[in-house]
Amino acid sequence: MTNAGLRLLRAVWPLLSLALVVIAIAMIASVAPITGQRRVAEAFVTLVAVVGLYIFVGNSGFVSFGNVSFMAIGAYVSAILTMRPAAKAVFLPGLPELIKSAQWSAVPAALAGGCVAAVLAFLVGIPLMRLSGIGASIATFALLSITRIGIGNWDSVTGGQNSLMGFPIYTTVWIGLAWALLAMATAFFYQETRSGLILRATREDEVAARAVGSNIHRHRMIAFVISAFFSAIAGVLLGHYLGVVRIETFYLDLTFNIVAILVIGGTGSLAGAVFGTIAISTMAELLRHVEIGFQIGDLHISAPAGLADVVVALGMLLIILFRPKGITNGREMPWPFHSGKSVTTGNPAHSNANGTQVFAGSDLVSEQRPSPQ
Amino acid sequence: MIINVIQNLVDAISVGSLYALTALGIGLIFGVMRLINFAHSELLTLTGYTLLLLNSEPTAVAIIGGVVVAIAIALATERVVFRPLRGADPTTLLIASFALSFFIQKTLALTVGSKTKGIDVLPQLGAQIVIGGVRFQLLKVVTIVVTIVLLGLLSWFLKRTRYGRQMRAAAENFRMAQLLGVRANLVISLAFAISGILAAAVGILFVSQSGFLEPRMGLQLVAIAFVGTVIGGLGSLTGAAVGGFLVGAATVLLQAVLPLGLREFRELFVYLLVVVILLVRPQGLIPAPGLRQRV
Repeated sequence: MTNAGLRLLRAVWPLLSLALVVIAIAMIASVAPITGQRRVAEAFVTLVAVVGLYIFVGNSGFVSFGNVSFMAIGAYVSAILTMRPAAKAVFLPGLPELIKSAQWSAVPAALAGGCVAAVLAFLVGIPLMRLSGIGASIATFALLSITRIGIGNWDSVTGGQNSLMGFPIYTTVWIGLAWALLAMATAFFYQETRSGLILRATREDEVAARAVGSNIHRHRMIAFVISAFFSAIAGVLLGHYLGVVRIETFYLDLTFNIVAILVIGGTGSLAGAVFGTIAISTMAELLRHVEIGFQIGDLHISAPAGLADVVVALGMLLIILFRPKGITNGREMPWPFHSGKSVTTGNPAHSNANGTQVFAGSDLVSEQRPSPQ
Repeated sequence: MIINVIQNLVDAISVGSLYALTALGIGLIFGVMRLINFAHSELLTLTGYTLLLLNSEPTAVAIIGGVVVAIAIALATERVVFRPLRGADPTTLLIASFALSFFIQKTLALTVGSKTKGIDVLPQLGAQIVIGGVRFQLLKVVTIVVTIVLLGLLSWFLKRTRYGRQMRAAAENFRMAQLLGVRANLVISLAFAISGILAAAVGILFVSQSGFLEPRMGLQLVAIAFVGTVIGGLGSLTGAAVGGFLVGAATVLLQAVLPLGLREFRELFVYLLVVVILLVRPQGLIPAPGLRQRV
């Protein structure tokens, strides 16, 4: 391979390797029994949600507890747009005529869901991004409550506390895979852009980044809007996976699950989002079997329902205490081949193209500065 | 008409008091270790379940039991989870407390079930009293009185006692306080114990008002109190109390003022108010000095 080609391959390797892993999972799933396929499709929906969250959290360094709001908005917008007009006339009399009579196909409806969420994220972001980071994190919690109250009570347009039904169930392994790959590619290329790099700089040292003239608010806003778009897409996919959209689905438990996956995987890298999802989805599936129970001779052993939640919460706690950068330790996928050239001439702390350090020596530079305490 | 107004005001003040106490417990811990403690909500919840457990005992025993449990859990979480993380950045602490909160909540759901349970604590307080021709529920009045007493005690403790002064010093500049001989472990443990007492008080009052228990009730209350601490000004205790009070009181007043069709959206209006306040004062109503990192 030519030198330039190799360099390009190496630059996109963190994305390419993750994409290959995800595609391999999809191919294995496609020959699995139908329940297995459903589980993998669900895991891909989760992956889109986690990558969506990662785009903001991973680059800005602040946690958002509000992204599930965007999932709810995406799910509702797409469900309403793809519902049969007859059903809408009965259940959602308050819709504008234009929407009531329309029945969109899947992709435009999904994009509409994503765009509505992105616009809302922009509007919400205006007051939110002005807050200090920790204040903003908490205020995103308010966002969760706002959408819950808004959607849950706007009976004539959203159905309020009732479930929305009567729209196509289309989220298969392949649809999930396609969106997951798009989300991953966007996340990867965003963190390579100037905006992404500046935001990562503010994550490492806000004061220094401000001192060299970075407009923190603007870049946080950009990441927040992109993040909201993909969270909404995850919501769209979830709705069309379950076939039912209820506001109760989009609240604290889902928020916890998605934040936990990202933290366990490692908030600092796209690899963390992907491997976190794989690890937790696999574990949840195993524990689901344990909860159903199994037979040893005459003995039926089963765990109480809800065990998976406790294990995820405990896992998250242990990760924070003992491996705070997650199972990937905040790194992207390392380049697997030894290239003598860069080892001999390079400086000891190599960065790959997206600015995250990948080599062992980089621990020296990525080390956290002592906090003000 | 005027009676109605007074009743609504008492309602607003009593709900506002509950949120003020909750926000104060959160603000106290934020002050000494820059931790936004999600697990504060589980202290409320666990107090509630302790009351249920001790339902057949005399009321005083149940209340003391609730307070003891809240303090014990607060101290245990500090020792096991937050002490090893001391000095970590606020976001890590935030996530840790979030995980801890869900761990306690989910363990509770696993052991006692996630179904809502009815409970009648302090049935004596359900009575109505008449003051100057206006009817009040005794519980509301008690809530307000308890809040005033706790606020008084807390401010006496912080201003007049040795450990209170140390706690304030630690909140202002932790490292400096340590250099001057403030013992970090003691002050932080003390802050957790006090937050446990505040949480227990809120737990008892809230459960007697609502009459139900479920594993996630605490988090819903605390989520609103969080918003209170942010609009009040993170890191300022007065700010936390004022912010919590305003958010709680505004919810009740809107319920009374809004036309019928809009009432279920009242919290939306509260949050809109919050947005307006934050646009005007991003640092909160009563900003804390010295919160921004100095370089």
